[in-house]
Amino acid sequence: MNPEDVIICRCSDVTLQDLYDLFEQGYETYEELKRIARVGMGPCQANTCGKMVQWEISKAFGIPLEEVDIRNTRPLTMGVKLSSIEAQADEE
Amino acid sequence: MKNSAQVVIIGGGISGCSIAYHLADEGVKDIVVIERHYLTSGATGRCGAGVRQQWGTKMNCMLAKKSVDFFENATEILRYDGDIEFKQEGYLIIASDAEETARFEKNVALQNSLDIPAKALDRQGALDIVSHLNPEEVHSATFCPTDGHLNPFTMTDAYYKAAKRLGVEFYTYTTVLDILTENGEVKGVVTDKGNIETANVINAAGGYSKDIGALAGIDIPIYSRNHEILVTEPVEKMQGPMVISFSKNIYCQQTPHGGFIMGRGDKNAPKGLDIGSNWGFLDAMSKTLKRLLPPLAELRVIRQWGGLYNMSPDSQPIIGGTKDLKGFYMACGFSGHGFMLAPMTGLLLAELMTGKTPTMPLEALSLERFDDAESFESEQSVV
Repeated sequence: MNPEDVIICRCSDVTLQDLYDLFEQGYETYEELKRIARVGMGPCQANTCGKMVQWEISKAFGIPLEEVDIRNTRPLTMGVKLSSIEAQADEE
Repeated sequence: MKNSAQVVIIGGGISGCSIAYHLADEGVKDIVVIERHYLTSGATGRCGAGVRQQWGTKMNCMLAKKSVDFFENATEILRYDGDIEFKQEGYLIIASDAEETARFEKNVALQNSLDIPAKALDRQGALDIVSHLNPEEVHSATFCPTDGHLNPFTMTDAYYKAAKRLGVEFYTYTTVLDILTENGEVKGVVTDKGNIETANVINAAGGYSKDIGALAGIDIPIYSRNHEILVTEPVEKMQGPMVISFSKNIYCQQTPHGGFIMGRGDKNAPKGLDIGSNWGFLDAMSKTLKRLLPPLAELRVIRQWGGLYNMSPDSQPIIGGTKDLKGFYMACGFSGHGFMLAPMTGLLLAELMTGKTPTMPLEALSLERFDDAESFESEQSVV
């Protein structure tokens, strides 16, 4: 399958070919790829692309999958409206 | 890793990368940048991505104005193949009361005297620019149309690639363990990957600058504090400028990508290197946002994080050397604004280190200005 047609990150529209190009340029870790290509920065917070990017890093650089650093997980675990937080906020 | 260099820059944020580029551009050879994690992993990559020139001190205004001049042409100057996303749609600074309005009017006069095109607006003038502001929260405002947004990751990447083309070597995932000195001169840097002999070290370590100073025996009067920030899901464009208020403790802008970034400080947060996320931030931010910019409260938060402000006693940076240690230079204490001032940080240090007359006088940015506690003027326009 043509890597240009394989979508890795649906939130930020990053293809497998985009990843290959970035590997070529020297971006080799998840945190570096995230900051240049926005993988993992969208509404799904890498729940879709995280494992796939990890796998592609493993294949590209010959690093065992379990040794590839995955993203830093940040709150929140899912999108929450600010008005919902405000409604439940503690009084001053 | 090389075992000697002309200059070792500690810190791979935008300051370190800008300094590396400008030094190399001035013809300095043999420059090394050492970064503990990846480029932009510190405060640069955690910042609010804003660029403003509306300051209350002459030095900050001049640094910011000349930096914006650079950003406007950065893609061509640095021959960058990516997009730095410099969007000049202004900063709208909200005054909450008559006292703030009076202070801002003085600031605008100062800014105009330095060719910064800021203007004072009444409440209606502010609403004409951002219609979803709650009028009850606005006493007056100031607006500068050439302020705006810039992508911290790609802007740093642009400096990095340009510096690399000029021969600068970058060592990421490398930690500085010690700075060697002898008879009041810098002799070298010890890292976990090897030692580098050098006569010149630049401390551009952001939140960690005080610790780097201590390794060289220099006590820098700065401290770090966590500032938290969040981003929402991307939505259709609905806000051009950054909206900011010092008294309400908020800055909030929509990025070109569509998500809103908003942050605030917490004066009760402990000084130190913690960059954790707290629920109290979400509580406080949601309340402030709902009052000031009500429709934005209907957006979903998808991520929050923290980053370090590196505070100096007058909230202005320390840029320059020190009489106490030959070959030791500093670019620190930016007090939350190192990203937007980076072009001048790099240029000024490069000029200083190559014996040129600096583009602007550096006395007011020197470490020694703090020797006389009464002599410096503090910046008030800080979130």
